[in-house]
Amino acid sequence: MILALLGLSVGLLLGSLCPLTIPVTYSKLFSVALLAALDSVFGGFRSALDDRFDNTVFMSGFFVNGLLAAFLVYAGDRLGIDLYYVALLAFGLRIFQNLAIIRRYYLRKHR
Amino acid sequence: MTAYKRGQFSIAFVCMVLGFMLALQFRIAMDQKASLPYQRVEELSARLIETEKERDALQEQVANFRQAQPAPGGSEGEQILKELRLRSGMTPLVGPGVVVTIDDSKIQSKAGENQNLYIIHDDDLLKVINELRAAGAEAISVNGQRLVSTSEIRCAGPTLSVNNVRSAPPYEIRAIGDSVTLENALRMRGGVMETLQVWGIQLEVKAAQEIVVPAYKGAAKFSYAKEAEEAAS
Repeated sequence: MILALLGLSVGLLLGSLCPLTIPVTYSKLFSVALLAALDSVFGGFRSALDDRFDNTVFMSGFFVNGLLAAFLVYAGDRLGIDLYYVALLAFGLRIFQNLAIIRRYYLRKHR
Repeated sequence: MTAYKRGQFSIAFVCMVLGFMLALQFRIAMDQKASLPYQRVEELSARLIETEKERDALQEQVANFRQAQPAPGGSEGEQILKELRLRSGMTPLVGPGVVVTIDDSKIQSKAGENQNLYIIHDDDLLKVINELRAAGAEAISVNGQRLVSTSEIRCAGPTLSVNNVRSAPPYEIRAIGDSVTLENALRMRGGVMETLQVWGIQLEVKAAQEIVVPAYKGAAKFSYAKEAEEAAS
């Protein structure tokens, strides 16, 4: 847990110091990828609480989901189908679901 | 929790990537907010205010120049200049005439009927002005805008643009001339007033002995037309 938090803070530091910027055209893709990544992390957290955590599933989910989401939105953009909102909705729903499960877990534990 | 323990380093790595992405996205969002539309709006409004100030200053300058300009060529030249000024609309004029007030119709349009019929258009105003000119009006202004040789009257959205200044209804047309002739020209049977009143457009004509028509306020500079060498017939 400490290691994970450490990694997060190092990443935040790197991100804010790094001079890299995403061009406006790709900012949509990046935000979708970010949301997918967030979803994967919450999913991983939840599965860890459920004691069903699988490292390979977690790692592959994190990267493949993010890349796939970005790719789908890009492809949709090319085809004239705005998948951006669909991705937002899908990942958003999952994040909230996972959060609810995590909350219940801690409620049960402290009762 | 065993699998979780084993994967600690990969989790840390994933969290690092996530943190990196979060920070990047945060910075981009801040940058975007600070950049395009917001700054543009502020910049444009600042520029608008500046331009308006400049315009006002220039208008004042024009007015000053016109007043201070000495008449060239003695008393005869002065006479010609005065005459020209009178004709070109550079001076406010006063005299007998009519004031015509036109407003949009108050009648509700029936379902399926064209709304436009009940609204004043440029051609309605042009008809009235044409009639006034035909009846011998010497100076005409629309909502304080003097009609000169370059004046336009044209629809500009819900407003009318005269001398490139927009104004909304009601429109007040002031015309100097023989007030009886002017009034009768408008009230003529089958004339402008009758046609417009069919649609309920409110047209009011008032004759008066003293009507002030303001001077033309715009710039009077030709950038294309030059004086021809010979008088073309």
